[in-house]
Amino acid sequence: MAVATSEAQTTSRSTRGGGGHQVRKLLRMNWLGGIAGWIWLVIVMIPLYWIVVTSFKDQSAFFSQNPLALPSAPTWDNYKLVIENDFPRYFLNSVIITVGTVVPAVAISFMASYAIIRGAGSRFLGGVMGLFLLGLAIPLQAVIIPVYLLIIKMQLYDSLLALILPSIAFAIPLSVLVLTNFIRDVPKELFESMRVDGASEWQMLYSLALPLTRPALVTVSIYNGLFVWNGFLLPLILTQSPEKRTLPLALWTFQGQFSVNVPAVLASVVLTALPIVILYAIGRRQLLSGLTAGFSR
Amino acid sequence: MVLPALFMFLLFGVVPLIGVFALSFTQWDGLGPIHPAGISNWRSTLKDPGLYHSLWVTFEIIALSWLVQTPISLLLGTFLAGRQRYRGFLAVLFFIPLLLSSAAIAITYKALLDPNFGLAAGLHLSFLAQDWLGKGNLAIAVVIFIISWQFIPFHSLIYQGGVRQIPTTMYEAASIDGAGRVRQFFSITIPQLKYTIITSTTLIVVGSLVFFDLIFVLTAGGPGDATRVLALDMYKRGFMSNQMGPASVIATILVILGLVLALLLRRLGGSTTASQQEGA
Repeated sequence: MAVATSEAQTTSRSTRGGGGHQVRKLLRMNWLGGIAGWIWLVIVMIPLYWIVVTSFKDQSAFFSQNPLALPSAPTWDNYKLVIENDFPRYFLNSVIITVGTVVPAVAISFMASYAIIRGAGSRFLGGVMGLFLLGLAIPLQAVIIPVYLLIIKMQLYDSLLALILPSIAFAIPLSVLVLTNFIRDVPKELFESMRVDGASEWQMLYSLALPLTRPALVTVSIYNGLFVWNGFLLPLILTQSPEKRTLPLALWTFQGQFSVNVPAVLASVVLTALPIVILYAIGRRQLLSGLTAGFSR
Repeated sequence: MVLPALFMFLLFGVVPLIGVFALSFTQWDGLGPIHPAGISNWRSTLKDPGLYHSLWVTFEIIALSWLVQTPISLLLGTFLAGRQRYRGFLAVLFFIPLLLSSAAIAITYKALLDPNFGLAAGLHLSFLAQDWLGKGNLAIAVVIFIISWQFIPFHSLIYQGGVRQIPTTMYEAASIDGAGRVRQFFSITIPQLKYTIITSTTLIVVGSLVFFDLIFVLTAGGPGDATRVLALDMYKRGFMSNQMGPASVIATILVILGLVLALLLRRLGGSTTASQQEGA
């Protein structure tokens, strides 16, 4: 189950008894871990810091200044250059495929999870669940050639829909795994009492299961969203024209285009990462539990 | 209600899985008609030393990235399990690389490691200003480093969750018996994290098997073929040399390898129910 839950459980446990104190005392003395933690901070932060400061330097400052020094004459020119090079279009494409994937993928996964839990015992639904679990082991890279063939046959090559449809399919297995775990926790009596009141399955899905699994829905959406946003292989293979480029692919072409202009390349890196970093600053907890969804078993 | 998801998954998950196997017996250039080709692709690909080179590079990356990531993640995970404020703050910063796309990371490191204009050259640290991506062994080391840079936080997070699940009474009992910190780490923390370690290992192994984006942007398999992993080999044969048949052979091998490795690791971890009991 998602980390958020496990964290909640442990927190409640440590506040309940004195046990938490003991652990805290033990962990505080972990000096080796402490050293590793601070060293890791330096390793993580140096490249990130370097990206940001360099993106505000002009080319001559990039070649002459100390690479870790703050820019002597900070400039927005690199950002301007990137934005003038169709960045807004690529950004919009990325937004379209991310929203276009996440909303339907989570909706149909939620419906499927609901059906699987409510119909527990049905052979067919059990088989479907087994199929989805098997799907967790299918890497996208390995089936990209037939996906490419399918997209050509459907005459969708070089369209945003070509990126959306396979992404939806590949978001289903993990989403169903996480969502079934949550819907299973909804007390059966609640469904029973609603059924007695004459509610249909769709009404129960909407007014009972949906509100009770909202945190899981957010988690799954974030997880899938991040994957689609950062996805590189599908755009690389299923699109061709510059107007259909998504951000990761655009980064790659920017790099070819501005190859010597490192500050501009890094400004494009900052711009593509910015929306996610902002999201991270706002909803850190949700995002982290989204990242480890289904894996913290 | 299950039908829309089932339909999408069958169409873009199951059909391609069968399709990749079927295509491995055909000849197709990616555009024109598809011709049946019997087992000729399999015969020629299995004879090709390039395949074994890619297999070797892939295993090298799997093994090395496991060896680097696991101890560091364990150490950091244990450290982050502490509830001090500053540790929470460190954790927030640690996860930033996980949010970036592999393309962004590869592009950044390509510029950062440049022997003439990169970070080391700018700081006049000549011993660090190597031609990192120009020499085979160094390029593999760089790939391992970047994978670790991006994913160690993720595995630390898994271990953090695992460590917090360990009953404190075990540590109390151990301290009463006079076991030191190091002793406790090896005889309580590690055995208790057995299933967490297996989960993290499975993710590292299966994840490195299909590593593509990072290597494609960073080195495109080079220098020479030094970092040409299986997934990249498949891409190059299929989409650059227009030989979808042999590429499908490689893809089939990838699917089988992934399933075999995942099952092996699962066997190692005992039954699924056991791992669920231990889990969150």
